[in-house]
Amino acid sequence: MRTSRTSPTRRAIGAAASAAIALGLIAACSSERGGEDLNETKPFIFGSPGDPASMDPVFASDGETFRVTRQVFDTLLDHDGTEIVPGLAETWEQNPEGTEWTFNLREGVTFHDGTELNAEAVCQNFDRWHNFTGGYQSPNYTYYYSSFFGGFAENDPEMGIEAESIYAGCEADGLTATISLTEYTANFPGAFTMATTGIVSPASLEQITDDEVVTADDPLPQYTQEAGVLAGTGPYELTEWDHGAQSVTLERYDDFWGETANVKTLIFNTISDENARRQALEAGDIQGYDLVAPADVQPLLDAGFQVPERDVFNILYMAYQQQTAPLDDHDVRAALSHAIDRQRIVDSVLPPGGEVASQFIPPTIDGWSEEVTTYDYDPELATQMLADAGQEDLSIEVCYPTDVTRPYMPAPKDIFDIIAADLEAVGVTVEATPISWVDYIPATRSGDCPMYLLGWTGDFTDAYNFLGTWFSTETTEWGFDEPEIFDGLAAAAAEPDPEVRTQMWADLNVTIMDQLPGLPISSSPPSIAFAANVEPMEVSPLTQEDFSELSFASE
Amino acid sequence: MLRYTVKRLLQLAVALLGLSLLLFAWFKALPGGPENRMLPDNATDQQREALRQALGLDEPIWSQYGEFLSRMVHLDFGTSLSSGRPIGTELAERLPATIELSMWAIVIAVGIGIPLGYLAARRRGTWLDFGAVAGSLVGICIPVFFLAAMLKVVFAQELGWLPTTFRLSPGLTYTEITGLRVLDGLLTGEFDVVWDAARHLMLPAIALASIPLAVIVRITRASVLEVVGEDYVRTADAKGLKQTTIRGRHIMKNAMLPIVTVIGLLLGSLFAGAVLTESVFAFGGIGSFVYQATTERDYPALMGFILVIAVSYVVLNLIVDLSYGFLDPRVRVRK
Repeated sequence: MRTSRTSPTRRAIGAAASAAIALGLIAACSSERGGEDLNETKPFIFGSPGDPASMDPVFASDGETFRVTRQVFDTLLDHDGTEIVPGLAETWEQNPEGTEWTFNLREGVTFHDGTELNAEAVCQNFDRWHNFTGGYQSPNYTYYYSSFFGGFAENDPEMGIEAESIYAGCEADGLTATISLTEYTANFPGAFTMATTGIVSPASLEQITDDEVVTADDPLPQYTQEAGVLAGTGPYELTEWDHGAQSVTLERYDDFWGETANVKTLIFNTISDENARRQALEAGDIQGYDLVAPADVQPLLDAGFQVPERDVFNILYMAYQQQTAPLDDHDVRAALSHAIDRQRIVDSVLPPGGEVASQFIPPTIDGWSEEVTTYDYDPELATQMLADAGQEDLSIEVCYPTDVTRPYMPAPKDIFDIIAADLEAVGVTVEATPISWVDYIPATRSGDCPMYLLGWTGDFTDAYNFLGTWFSTETTEWGFDEPEIFDGLAAAAAEPDPEVRTQMWADLNVTIMDQLPGLPISSSPPSIAFAANVEPMEVSPLTQEDFSELSFASE
Repeated sequence: MLRYTVKRLLQLAVALLGLSLLLFAWFKALPGGPENRMLPDNATDQQREALRQALGLDEPIWSQYGEFLSRMVHLDFGTSLSSGRPIGTELAERLPATIELSMWAIVIAVGIGIPLGYLAARRRGTWLDFGAVAGSLVGICIPVFFLAAMLKVVFAQELGWLPTTFRLSPGLTYTEITGLRVLDGLLTGEFDVVWDAARHLMLPAIALASIPLAVIVRITRASVLEVVGEDYVRTADAKGLKQTTIRGRHIMKNAMLPIVTVIGLLLGSLFAGAVLTESVFAFGGIGSFVYQATTERDYPALMGFILVIAVSYVVLNLIVDLSYGFLDPRVRVRK
């Protein structure tokens, strides 16, 4: 029995081997062709650091989902660099109160299913989100929607959302959609650029009932996990999501309203390990990947790979929790700030393109001020100031996270080490408190850490997305009560005129840096790498790359 | 035999109940909850609290455990907090990758380990014996991630023979039947898939096999040495039996008992080894899923994984125990 079986198997293996050799020959031939042929025949494989969560972008809050859905679903507005530019809306305007947003949509835009885009379609999307019920309202599914719009038509008490919705309806008139809000917040117009508000075809929406997620621990509906139901207007359409292989395949949409994509097939394949991503690129398994370790940037460049530099769009800071004495003393905070050599952190830990931060927003955002107090590195001054404040023998606890790298904070331990060494140099005793990431946020939030490293990468271009995160009210994470800052922030956040608002942010940045709730350390670009035979797309400070721009280079 | 099997299965049920209780208590005792990974860094405390409430994480632990048990009885593992998908589906999609990888690893480990261990024992004191013993020591000591990196540098980057990541080249058309890609390719006649899948399996399987291989070499060597010294082997030799008969019937069959036991234990540990190997090779199996679940405090996913592993571990060992009866007639008589 057993012997009689071996021979077909052997034959099969033989056939497999010869088939493979033939395939290899075909592959060898095609690789000698030009870039345009490659664009049609060779899939572009991108190594993503993580799996996407949902192909319905409204249910996601993570960059890996948005990296994929941005290629498939267009938003009303878009970013070019850090500037807000037209998306599906060719032009847009707001009323002076900022409560009415009118979008004039592009003509001749079709969804992947053939449906035409009109204002009705846009309104259907916004109305749908507004009317989510049950588990759909849970922050793990619709975090961004409820952050922007406050709440839903009827907040489900089980989901813990208490704020009232500021969404007051959407009116459709041909290609003109008008979205009304009950009050303005500086989340707008940024929210209209967020991948989470990507517009889905009304024909797709008809296939969805939005009643499957009753509680927060119900799984997302099946259609969010596969290709085929949701159609967008983007340059690519979703053709396959293979969960086992952790890969998402997109194909070029030939009737795209803008310039059609260069590469026909685009595959996002997850490689969670940082080293494995680099090795896969070096071995030619993939043609690009994101979140390059800072230490890998130079070796990759030396080996002929491309590492285009993104503009910075994040902030790393060290907080001074002011309920902890003597951090309530401004002079002590200033002295500690003068003690830290931030340039050394930028030079030795951050990737190329990193820079010292002078305030709590990156310089790429309107409202960044040149007039803030800067607390330059001056250890002698720091020693003197500590002595004057009677703190020659200061001993302080400094927290840092252990098991994580964030785009704004590669290698937290290395950054901590530099800070600790600098503080020790001016006579401060540093108690190191390493904390694992899941416990880190609660620890810092509750005020358990007198000094700690943390940061934020922006979602969209408005200072509110940074400052509003931290300084809108008295919190235990900062531990200070400064009505001037809180009131100033509330006023700016409610100011609908962008120019006036920019000035208010600039003034507020000066006030904040005088108060010195923490020391802004740096802004650093997360690095993205590509193979030598690729012409990469323009990279985006918000990591919102448009993959339709990239192509294989002709050789 | 039937009574024995039933008894073992009942033991399994009790063990699982105890294990689930232990795990549940342990997870809940850890500070920091999954909500911190599920929401962006700047989510407000109110948003975090809302999520804890929505997920029922603010309820008393006993009611949470009760709910967990009642779901388990219905074979519902719950929803993964990090992916928002049913954990049963996640595991089912990823299990074939891990099974395929583990099978290849154990085939490599057994296929090389037993002959090598046997030869080392029979040629005791020669360079081959010394090499096998020293090599197995290295195999046990070498960290998997280091070995993986070395394999990648040599075979993928320098020689360019093998890929460093994934189970198949992305974009290759593949028809799924069992989820074991080499097997599926053979079944459907997609020989390009067979070849491609085998190439992708090579490096991770070698990396994963390194420790079991080393252990099997050592155990085989020791076991064979012991059996070779027995009187019945000398008698068989004196009777003038053919060497192949002595080797097969008298030496190996008797030496196999400890080897089989160890292989059974190793099979379980392969799953644990796969966590690291799969992450390093982006192999997309259960291992990388667990790695992610661990970093994100995805408790339901971790519970589901550990219970599945526990069941397969116990079942594998049950099979090993039952195979004793085949290998050793004395065990059979006793039952």
